[in-house]
Formats: sequence, structure tokens, C-alpha cells
Amino acid sequence: MTSFRLEKGGLIDRAASLSFSFDGKGFTGHPGDTLASALIANGVHLMGRSFKYHRPRGVISAGSSEPNALVELREGARQEANTRATMIELYEGLVAKSQNRWPSLAFDVGAINSLAASMFVAGFYYKTFMWPKSFWEKIYEPLIRRAAGLGSAAKEADPDKYEKAYAHGDLLVIGSGPAGLMAALTAARLGARVILADEGTRLGGSLLFENEEIDGKSGLDWANSAIAELASMPNVTLMPRTTVFGWYDGNIFGAVERVNDHVLAPSPYEPRQRYWRVIAKRAVLAVGAEERPIVFGGNDVPGVMLASAMRAYANRYAAAAGKAAVVFTNNDSGYRTARDMRTHGVRVEVIVDSRADSRVEAGGVPVIRGRKIVDVKGGKGVAGIELDDHMHIGCDTVAMSGGWSPIVNLACHRGARPKWDATIAGFVPPDTGESFVAAGSAAGRMLLSECLADGAAKGGGKPSDAPKCRDETYAIKALWWVKESKTKAFVDYQNDVSVKDLPLAAREGYSDIELVKRYTTTGMATDQGKLGNVNAIAILAEATGKTIEQVGTTTFRPYYTPVAFGAFAGPFVGRHFQPTRKTPLSDWAEEQGAVFVETGLWMRSSWFPRADEDWLASATREVLATRSGVGICDVSTLGKIDVQGKDAGAFLDKLYCNTFSTLPVGKARYGLMLREDGIVFDDGTTSRLADDHFLMTTTTANAARVMSHMEFCHQALWPDLDVQYVSVTEQWGQMAVAGPRSRATLQKIVDGVTLNDETVPYMAAKELTILGGIPARLFRISFSGEHAYELAVPADYANMAARALMQAGEEFGIVPYGVEALSIMRIEKGHVAGGELNGTTTAADLGLGKMMSTKKDYIGRMMAMREGLTDANRQCVVGIRPFHRSDRLRSGSHFLKRGDAPSIANDQGYITSVAFSPMLGQWVGLALLANGRARIGEMVKIFDGLRGIHQYGVICEPMHFDRENARLHA
Amino acid sequence: MLIKCPHCGARPVEEYTFLGDARPQRPTSNDPSTMEQWFDYVYLRDNPKGRFDEYVQHSGGCRAWLVVSRNTATHEIHGTVTARDWTKSRQGAKA
Ligand SMILES: [Zn+2]
Repeated sequence: MTSFRLEKGGLIDRAASLSFSFDGKGFTGHPGDTLASALIANGVHLMGRSFKYHRPRGVISAGSSEPNALVELREGARQEANTRATMIELYEGLVAKSQNRWPSLAFDVGAINSLAASMFVAGFYYKTFMWPKSFWEKIYEPLIRRAAGLGSAAKEADPDKYEKAYAHGDLLVIGSGPAGLMAALTAARLGARVILADEGTRLGGSLLFENEEIDGKSGLDWANSAIAELASMPNVTLMPRTTVFGWYDGNIFGAVERVNDHVLAPSPYEPRQRYWRVIAKRAVLAVGAEERPIVFGGNDVPGVMLASAMRAYANRYAAAAGKAAVVFTNNDSGYRTARDMRTHGVRVEVIVDSRADSRVEAGGVPVIRGRKIVDVKGGKGVAGIELDDHMHIGCDTVAMSGGWSPIVNLACHRGARPKWDATIAGFVPPDTGESFVAAGSAAGRMLLSECLADGAAKGGGKPSDAPKCRDETYAIKALWWVKESKTKAFVDYQNDVSVKDLPLAAREGYSDIELVKRYTTTGMATDQGKLGNVNAIAILAEATGKTIEQVGTTTFRPYYTPVAFGAFAGPFVGRHFQPTRKTPLSDWAEEQGAVFVETGLWMRSSWFPRADEDWLASATREVLATRSGVGICDVSTLGKIDVQGKDAGAFLDKLYCNTFSTLPVGKARYGLMLREDGIVFDDGTTSRLADDHFLMTTTTANAARVMSHMEFCHQALWPDLDVQYVSVTEQWGQMAVAGPRSRATLQKIVDGVTLNDETVPYMAAKELTILGGIPARLFRISFSGEHAYELAVPADYANMAARALMQAGEEFGIVPYGVEALSIMRIEKGHVAGGELNGTTTAADLGLGKMMSTKKDYIGRMMAMREGLTDANRQCVVGIRPFHRSDRLRSGSHFLKRGDAPSIANDQGYITSVAFSPMLGQWVGLALLANGRARIGEMVKIFDGLRGIHQYGVICEPMHFDRENARLHA
Repeated sequence: MLIKCPHCGARPVEEYTFLGDARPQRPTSNDPSTMEQWFDYVYLRDNPKGRFDEYVQHSGGCRAWLVVSRNTATHEIHGTVTARDWTKSRQGAKA
């Protein structure tokens, strides 16, 4: 293999060598190389195949705009698709594979697509979608997926860590070329807190590869001393390897720092990438300009690259793109490549300058003026070129320069459109105000002296603060594409959009640039058309008889370059995705063998199986034991809000549809809360502990929402009410103690009180102590329908209290019961819960219409009176039982009248909650049924299209068990 | 985006929960003849381009309800007051 590594120069460490593999073949490179530069130094130009035609492709650029050299990097769980070889820092043991090729890069079956190119013209996908659906599903999609598609992702979970971080500063400078360094230096010397971010491995931007002279030294030496000065200042943060990918409201920038992408595997204590949010008072866009390709036949043959990339590979990486080069340019900057390559000893055959009248110093290289390249000869590599006068010139690499496009992306992320500047033949950033300004070539300044002066000014100083430097000339005469070319000329490399596709799209009616983008897919690949978009706009302008300004650009959106999902997720993955809330009783529940269920963030004990019981067997046993003896259940997840103040009662009267100001001290009351639109919001019992002290409970699901609602009602609606409230959900462990032996069980642990209907009557709320002095609250309330209590103790005592209750109830056969048994018992009793309080039901729908006070104003009162909410035909809560006793009921099944066929129009309602009732020995349920209360006893059809259920049921009262409530008061 | 809470200072937008238009005022009467006012209060909302006052809770901070004045076109924040002060000043203005 011939080496294309230059003898001298470059920012590589020749003393050390790194081995790596590409498509299974071993190579070596040096620290300082990118994967692309190391491959070029090894004479490898063919790095991938194109997406649609599978044409052989080589590297085009030396930076983040690269459309062609996309590889699968790393192996196994760390494999990453579509990484740009131009941005991958070489490291020992690097493994990469090319993409879009089968069976091999050199011989690719899909290249047959090239022969069928007429099939793949603009709008191919659109047109294909118009064909019969069956054709698409069976033939085209599988075929396209196999033949096209970019690299493949890892199939295992990402083993690496990602972080999120914030940075604040007076000035964010994006880009560390001449303008960026000058802006950062100027601002930092004035004392500003400066953050300097650059996507490159090293700071320095173009000074890392251009031959410049600043302040009497080389551009690189000047950059190095500027960077050293910045690094020494405590008010400066330098962020290399950091891509600022988006500009957001409030001058906030998103950035991703590649902390460990340049090593085989990150150390266990470091993240792979860090996602930054940078909040800057001011920011300077100093990201430079992107060189444009010229659109001519064969401009995608491996070995054809941007002129600036060719000299970057030579100057920075000491890698020669070839042995004999041709430069094709429409502007002065192409000449730099010719001179630099010649200095490095590479033969430059000729500069083809499309301008007839240019007079640029060529450094001894012959110049052909007023001519164009019409075709590049060669397949997997360059063999020569043909000019428009049919002259053939042999060469093995072609440098092209179509001029420069300021990188305006970030400045346009908040909606402003870039402006056309005819002098430089490029779009320049819009005026986005003082807080975000462009500097240097990003602002369209093409001379080094202008860039330095602009950087100094935008950094807060004077243009004259900038050091003296040597300028190259710059002039351009636009040449967008070579019309004389007969062979395929590409506008968008990654999506294989050729020059013929754009006028075709215009002829077919897609002449707006946004439509053309989607119709032809130009600018839609992972590179988002960084290189080709302006060419596409110019070609479309001519095809439609408009100016480039009139055509305009497509919309610039974040992200500037692709960002890994891992960086967005940060550390919030797996068990860290959201917090886990355990109740104060979870230790006790675990001891008792609880199976837990996630309820929101909470882990609730769901059932307590013995031996090999399933959930239904366990819950059934728990119900039977509770209803015949005593059971204990963790209800700590219910929201608890402590409300105090002179106006506490008046405040609760505003929140609930029923009245609390009349509640006697020492009593609890069930409350129903509406939304302002009249629909039921939440329910729960609230107790009065003192004249000015209430304790509210909410449902588990709505605890946070109710708290926020209270805060709104108080602060925004009735700020004069003298009331304070705080969530105490986590401060108290609370357990239901239910069943005929609940009183006897509790009696053994309470201090100095004889429990009876006098001391703790039904709906009593009593503060007392247990177990010799532990403060506790005892509420005689029941969700199960049994004689029951809820006992609350400070959270730290909860496990202890539950263990003591288990011991006290042992002689009565006490059991722990979970939310399954709790739910069965409430359905047996016809108590409404989440299934019925589902955001569509009114108090009347739930059978609780009498609770709505007519004597006071409260949230929801007026809207609840609306016609539609008081209609007699509304669906309201009823009970449902299967007609055949042995049938099972399913939540979500719909009701039909007996003779009706299933249809939306015939729908009568649906089942909201079901349970197998151990007490009745059959399935029972609650349901919402149109005009339900008038239909008790009616037989209905039960229909579940998902499960294919057609059965009959009988409508009944919601309360299935103990309709006299005899057990409650036993 | 940073929003300045009168209690906590400039804090990131993620700490805040938006509710909506702060201009409609809750009617004070329960007389059926005021039903139109209630409909307007509960349902009728403007969708202005430009300055917009909206209820926002600093739910991840001090939990105060605020009225944030924001430009809906540019997202510029013009100012922030507590909902308490907002309501009291409007009640005062009416009285
Ligand atoms: Zn706050």
C-alpha cells in the first residue's frame, strides 16, 4: 500500500502510532488524526456508498458537514451508526465499518440502482406512495429497506453514562477561529465571564490548517498563545469537543460535549457525553463559513473533495489526498489549496478557474481561466477530468471550491431568515439583536483582518484592538452548476439528489423551496444539506425564473448536528427515570410478603400471597379474613393536607361542593370537590381537629393536583382568606384497620381510652397516643363497609405500629390486605373511585347530587347547573351483575339494549369497575348507564369487541353487599 | 428560558407550571342570570399575538402562583407579579 502521509508537518504525533480497523482491515495512524485523515494517509478514499444509488463515495469535507464518509463506529453495545469519519478522533483499537453496502464496499449489489436511476428520480417516494397500497407493503418497502437505509444501531442497551449540566456566563463565544478567539480574548481581558465552545477536538478553528500570519507569527502560533492566555484566566471556560446545537428563548443555548467519544470506552467515573444548557447574557456566533461544492459531472467520485478539506488534510493532518491534483474554483480561495499542496510536494496539474478575468497569485501552478470541469473520470477513484472544451487532464484527486456559505444556522433557530449577500454570493445571518451577534466569516467577512477586527468589536472592544495580519485576496463569481455536464452531477450527496431532480420538481409543480426539499429530499439527510443547500436554491431559482433571494432558504431548526438520545436522557434512565415513592409502611409490607404495584410514583402493596396463591386467590382470602375478623391495609398514599387558620372552614366550603364549616371538632366528613366546569374532581374525608384546624385527605392520584388547585384558589381567587395549608402526606403513615374485630384489636395498642361508640363514634376523628406515648390520630371511617378505623402515626412509627397491630390481632386471625382486596370491598359496597371519578361524571352521575350545597358559592357550582350536566339521560352509576352467575365481567365492556347491534349510536354505557365478590361468590361491577337509576332490574347486552365478549347482564343498585350498612355500625 | 420569580429570582422554565390566561375574573354572583358571565369565565379565551398575562405556578420552587407577562410571538418576558398581588390590585381597582 502506498503511503499518502506527508514527510513533514501536521498536528499529529508521529512518535506514537495507533492501530485501527476499517471494514475488518488493519491500518495505523497517529494521535491527532481523525478516522478520515488516517484513511486518506493510507490511500483509502472509498469510505461508503450513497443512500439511493449506492454509488461509491469518498470523504468530501474535513468537518461536521460531511455527507459521505458515514460509518458504523465501535462494536457491540457501543456501536453507533452514521458517525462522520471526519469528526472521529483516532484512538488505539478503533473499529469502524462502512455503510450502505452489500455484500462489500468494493462490490455492491445495490449499485444496480444506478442502472435503474430513472426509477429513483425526484419524488420517487411520493410517487411510490401513490401506487396501490398492497404493492407498497409487499414489494417496495421490504426492497427499499434491504437495499437502502443507513447504518444499523446497537441492539443492546447503551452501557455508558451521560450527564446534564448548566453553564452561565456574560459571553458565550461559539467557534474558536480568528474571530472567536479575538472576541473571547477581548471580552475576557475586560473582565467578562467568557465561555468559548468549539465542536473541534482542538481550539483554533481554521488557524489549525490555514497558512496565516498574525501579529508577526504564524496563525497557529498566534492561536496557541491566545488559547494559553484564555486558559490562564479564571473568568474563562474553554470547551473544546462541544457542539452548540441550538439557540432557544432567553438566549439559552443547547450544547453537547463529547467527553469520551475519543477513547475505546469511557472510564467508569466519567460520562460519554455531557448535555449542556448554556445561559449567556450575550453570545457571539463565530462558527465560520462552509465551503460549497460545485455541481458538475462526477463530483461525487471518491477523491473529489472540497478545496479547503484537501488543504486541511495536508496542512493539519499531513495526509495527501493524492499524488496529482486538479483545483476547480470560482473564487480566490481555491488557489490556496494549489499553493499549499505544491509546498507539500504534491503535483498540482492545473487550476481550472471558471472566471475568465481572475488575477490571483497561483504560486507557479498553471491556470486555465474561463473553463469548467464537465466530468470526472473514474469509478472508485479519480482517473482524470474532462473540461468543457473536451480537454482531458489526468489526475488522482480534485479540489473544488464553489465559494463560501456563512454558517447561519444558529442565528436562524428562532425563526428569523438569513439575508442574501450578492458580494460574497452567500446567505448571511439575520439581525437578531444585541444579545446574539455574528462575527467573522460567519457574518460574511472573508478577509482575515476583517475577522479579527470584527471579533474584537463583537467581544466588546474596538476593531483596532485586533493584531496586524496578512490578508489573502477574496473575490467570487458565482458558478452553481456546470450546465455542459452530461453525467450525473450531485447537489445533495447524502440523499443522492442530482441536478436534474430540481428543475423536474419545479416542472411537476413543487416550486416552493420547502416543497422541493420534501419532494426531492434535498437537504433532508443527517447532514441537513450543509454543503448543498445554497446550490440547490440557486438551481431552483433559475428553473423557476426567480432570484435566489426570492426562493429563500428552508427553515433552520435545531439540531445543528445529530445529538445522541443518550445525551438528552442524561442520567434519567432505568430506575432513575423517575423517583420511586415508598410508603412509611413498606418495610412492614415487605415482611408480610407483599407484592407491590406501581401507582404513579408510589409502590403500593397490592396483595399478600401465601404459598402459591395467585392474585385473585390471595385477594379473596384477604377479603374473607377481613370481613370475618380483622384486616390491616396501608392507605398512606392518600394525599393528606393540613389546613389551619381562622378561615380554614370557609376555605374548605369554597373548595368542596358540601359544607365543612359546620363540621364539629372531632368529626370527619366525606367531601366531594368539583372542577370549575362542574365535573367531579376529587373526593376524600376531611376531619376537624380544632376550630381552626382541619386535616384533608385526597385520592392517591390527585394529591399533587389538589394541592396546586388549593394554592391557586387561595392566592388567585380569595387572597384575603386567612388560611395556611401544607402537604403532610409523607409525614404520616396511615393504615385502615377493618372488620368486626378491628375495635378489639386497636384497643390493645391505644393508651388510656376505652374504644366504644361514645368515645369513638362513627365518623369520629380523635387525637390520642398508642403503645405508651406515640402520638396518633384515629378516624372511625370505612371504605370497606366494615366496622373500621384508620390509624395515622408519624411516619417513623408506622412500621412499629403495624407490627404491634399484627400482634394484637393475631388471636382474631388478622391479615394484611392490599389494594386488590381494598378494591374488591369497595366495589361490593358500591363506593365510587377512580373508574367512576373519571373526569366525565358529575356529582349527580355518581349518585351524590344531594351533597351539592345550595347555600354557598363553591368551585363548580354554577357550571354544574348547566342543561347538559343535569340531563336525565346522562350516564350514571349503577351496579351490574352477569345474567349467568358464572360469567366473568370485564371493565370497559359496553352496554346495549337487548335487541340492538353494537354501534356508537346504540351504546348505552360501559362497565367502570369489576371484582369477583368473595361474599356473593360471583363477579359484580359498577357501571355508567344512560338514565341508569330508572333501569334497575333491566337486562342488558354486554359487548366487548376487543375480547369478543357477548353476554347478558342485569342492572342493579351500586351497593352489592350489606345494603343496610349493618356491618358498618356493628 | 428563564422566568424571574418574585421570591426565588430567575429560574428555568421547567420549574414552572402554566395554567393559562389570567385576565378573566371569576364572577362573584351565583344568580342564574349571571350564567353568561360564568361561561365567559370558564370557557372564553383570547389568543393574542403579543403581550399576554398568564397564570403560572412556581411548582418546582416556592409554589407561589404568579402572573407572568409574556410576548407570545417572541417569548420575551415583560414582568412577573404574584397572583395574590395581581388579584388584590384588580379587586382594589374594582372597589
Ligand atoms: Zn418562586
